[in-house]
Amino acid sequence: MTEQLDAGLVAEQIAENPDALSSPYAGGELGRGRRRKEDAKLLTGQTNWTDNMTLPGLLHMTVLRSPMAHAKIISVDVSAALEMPGVIAAYSGKDLADVMGASMPCAWPVTPDMVSPVHTPLATDEVRYVGDGVAVIIARDRYAAADALEAIAVEYDQLPAVVDMEQALKEGAPLVHADKGTNQCFLFDFPGAGADFDETVAAAGDDAVVVKRRFRQQRLIPTPMECRGVVVAPIAAADEFTLYSTTQIPHVLRVMLALTTGIPEQKLRVVAPDVGGGFGAKLNVYAEEILALVIARKLGRPIKWTESRSENYQATTHGRDQIQDITIASKKDGTLLGLKVELLADMGAYLQLITPGVPVLGAFMFPAIYKMPSYRFICRGVFTTKTPTDAYRGAGRPEATYAIERIMDELADTLGRDPMELRKQNWITHEEFPYTMVAGLTYDSGNYEAATEKAEQMFDMVGLRAEQKARRERKDPVQLGIGISTFTEMCGLAPSRVLGSLSYGAGGWESASVRMLPTGKVEVVSGATPHGQGHHTAWSQIVADSLGVPFEDIELVAGDTKSSPKGMDTYGSRSLVVGGVAIHKATGKVLDKAKRIAAHLLEAAEGDVEFKGGTFSVKGSPEASLTIQQVALATFAAHNLPDGMEPSLDSDYVYDPENFSYPHGTHLCAVEVDTETGFTTIRKYVCVDDIGKIVNPVIVQGQVHGGLAQGIAQALYEEAVYDAEGNLSTGSMVDYLLPSAADLPHFDTGRTETPATSNPLGVKGVGEAGTIASTPAVINAVVDALRPFGVNDIDMPATPERVWRLVQAGSANGATQ
Amino acid sequence: MIPAAFDYVAPSSVADAISALVEGGEDAKVLAGGQSLIPVLRLRLSYPSVLVDLRKIDSLRGVREDGADLVIGAMTRHADVVKDPLVKQYAALVATAAATVADPAVRHRGTFGGALAHADPAGDLAAVALALDAQLVAEGPGGRRTIAAADFFQDYLQTSLSPDELLVEVRVPKLEGQWGVAYEKFNRTAQAWAIVGAAVAVRRENGSIAEARIGLTNMGSTPVRASAVEAALAGAAADAGTIAAAAEHAAEGTTAPSDLSAQSDYREHLARVLTRRAVTTAAGL
Repeated sequence: MTEQLDAGLVAEQIAENPDALSSPYAGGELGRGRRRKEDAKLLTGQTNWTDNMTLPGLLHMTVLRSPMAHAKIISVDVSAALEMPGVIAAYSGKDLADVMGASMPCAWPVTPDMVSPVHTPLATDEVRYVGDGVAVIIARDRYAAADALEAIAVEYDQLPAVVDMEQALKEGAPLVHADKGTNQCFLFDFPGAGADFDETVAAAGDDAVVVKRRFRQQRLIPTPMECRGVVVAPIAAADEFTLYSTTQIPHVLRVMLALTTGIPEQKLRVVAPDVGGGFGAKLNVYAEEILALVIARKLGRPIKWTESRSENYQATTHGRDQIQDITIASKKDGTLLGLKVELLADMGAYLQLITPGVPVLGAFMFPAIYKMPSYRFICRGVFTTKTPTDAYRGAGRPEATYAIERIMDELADTLGRDPMELRKQNWITHEEFPYTMVAGLTYDSGNYEAATEKAEQMFDMVGLRAEQKARRERKDPVQLGIGISTFTEMCGLAPSRVLGSLSYGAGGWESASVRMLPTGKVEVVSGATPHGQGHHTAWSQIVADSLGVPFEDIELVAGDTKSSPKGMDTYGSRSLVVGGVAIHKATGKVLDKAKRIAAHLLEAAEGDVEFKGGTFSVKGSPEASLTIQQVALATFAAHNLPDGMEPSLDSDYVYDPENFSYPHGTHLCAVEVDTETGFTTIRKYVCVDDIGKIVNPVIVQGQVHGGLAQGIAQALYEEAVYDAEGNLSTGSMVDYLLPSAADLPHFDTGRTETPATSNPLGVKGVGEAGTIASTPAVINAVVDALRPFGVNDIDMPATPERVWRLVQAGSANGATQ
Repeated sequence: MIPAAFDYVAPSSVADAISALVEGGEDAKVLAGGQSLIPVLRLRLSYPSVLVDLRKIDSLRGVREDGADLVIGAMTRHADVVKDPLVKQYAALVATAAATVADPAVRHRGTFGGALAHADPAGDLAAVALALDAQLVAEGPGGRRTIAAADFFQDYLQTSLSPDELLVEVRVPKLEGQWGVAYEKFNRTAQAWAIVGAAVAVRRENGSIAEARIGLTNMGSTPVRASAVEAALAGAAADAGTIAAAAEHAAEGTTAPSDLSAQSDYREHLARVLTRRAVTTAAGL
């Protein structure tokens, strides 16, 4: 049919290179374990990290940070620094007061009366955490910039640190923000969609069994492999700026930078080049981004700032840090009566982009997979003189999942029930979906029975329980414990209306464009910005199957507000569930149009044209056919299109989800606890995740493994510790322990597949599942191992010393061992 | 982070290195493997005037026999110590402990002498040197002198080397006879410093323990010798009960620190458990 296209010169050239229009698409891309397109580039170092960038005339910025948790700034003297070789400029916070712009943004005022302190990129009068920026140096090279920091003289008048949340809320406690009159940021009181908890328990009378525990979500430091960095390239004459940043959210950042600095949005281009992981810590608007931008504007010179790991630990947001008072109630037969959650959530010194929203997001997840008539959630946000907290992998959901899965084990122990049987008694059965939870969300689909059955088969529960019994009986110094986590989570953030109802400052849609190029290749433009997830690969698979084009022929355009102008970016396991669906829908629009053009070219009625494997053909006369690439070329030539049709095979789609998605799964963990040293070894880890339809099992496996590592790390290794003066004691990886592959067990992973019904791809998201599920599985196992010593809880991380002390106390109290 | 500016020299002889140290004065630093020094520089915890890099001095590298001693050159990398046949034969405890130093990347850059001269009580090799009665050979402007391990480690990160002296080699008396060795290192992650370590060499004779050498890692500001355990084991029966009873003395005479990794009472407990386990392994039980 090629001659029929009459596409002139281009067609002639293609005729000489027939492969250009060939269609080796073989089908079956969705669910195929494709190796990632990204990896060759990443593994050979042909990457474009922010710190790799260099520009003519580039200047380097360093930030002097407060060594004190809380102090008045008496004076900042940069004069000696200005005398040092290579130094171009040095500014205190006051020096930049007129250009720093408005307060840095917090986009999530969770209550109307939330206390929202002014947060300037550099402190002007008072520092409020160790790491708070005080002054900046701009120099010709990074060595000069680093040296000059030491020449800045700052005089402080020390104020009392506020480290402990409960102390912070006491009458007369020193105030983090004296002008606010309180350290309480907000009180979020959520009654849920069911009955009142206290009334329900009271009504049950003697039949009520109530179990209460206090859990601590220790503070974590996200630690992406790449620290933060920013490069700003100004075009002074036009007052235009390109800002490169190690960010998860170039689109949101552009809006926020425009609003904060007053630089018009259309004059600002934000690019996220290759980004080496984020885990939520790059879901933010940071002081250094604003400083580099306004100083580049002031000096008319490009500016670079690169964060060191030590700075990263102080100046990039932390995660978790909650005290959770959890009360669960059931009837004596184990039927749940309800759950009461009282949280203290550490905001740190200031509110970053979604700091207060993280614990509040958890409000919807505490009831998890369990049916219960009553619920109450009360959360207080508290200011302390510590690094601000914000999203960290899971953001609100790991905290909630930990609390419910831990307290279910404690309830089972109190009732003398098997912890899995108690879960089975109370979870939503697969026939009951869609199910509206007591917290108000409607879960569209799930099959907890299937995932659990598969996990138990893989785990050998019977054999391990028998071994546990034998070890207990012979008082083996190495005890075995078994932990369960039957988790769910909410992914695919988020229906914009729901976000609006929660006072979140933006929508939850995602944008996609699909463009067929003249030669039949495809460009996919996505507003979801990758930083390690494998978007290029996954989107290629989705588009390949829809358009019948080869996987190799698809390219991704993302992470640059100039070339992918609309987006809500990447966090909360939303890329596939929202962004992937947007691509799927945009692809459908391209295909519809291609079909109309094919029908026109084939001189057939549209209804008579079939599309299969990348080829349009006329029903009943298979010789009359056109490949989609031929249609793309004909569209480009535009010599023969239906009357009035625009000559393009492009489409845009902005998808706003109607519901969240609800991945779930069953994780089972067996640990060996050396009761002599307290050391915990994970003996076996089985997880069966139900994340709906799979696009690429290799990517899924990577996400699950990394997620498990981070969740296990919270259970056993990581903890950001502050001393009483508010110094970060775990300021480097020597003291902040990250497990490596050498410390982690083999993971036995499996899947069940219950498609989401809330989106056309049936996908649910997998970016955070492992992190959310694994922490309680591990701690439940540790507690299970130690129950003979009278142990019914342990603070995280369950360090050998903590385990040993519990064993000592249990032995001293005459526990069974 | 970026270190403050410093001068750098890489001499190719010990004499030139010593001259550079003399010239550099108090603020000169020796760069051996750099696995501790470079982080210290990057954190600006140290501002040396000059770094004297020993990597070009071939004579400082390698392992040889010299009569009753095994001589390990100060610049011999951990990875080379671990696989050296002479070390395996005559000082297996050195190889066993060196194999646990940090991670493979560190073991391929870090050096035996560098680790000892750094004198971090949490380092694995100092306790081994102490347990094996190693002799550390220093060379300075006035020539060579030999320092017993027990005198070498003075305090936290402090040795008896003077600023113009270089640790050139370590002489480890060969262990002849029926020796068993074990290093029990307790840490929370594979590449982390030891919270406590017990380095043990045991000589068996006719079914009993003739002699035990025990060095403890991170139980004070220097490595310490578990002398009371050694005394209790000398000539004792090689059975579980005897070893357990002897190991109860492991924390005697130690001044274990309390820090983020562990409180001192927990360290003392660990010293007892790890000593018992290491002696049990070394005794072949």
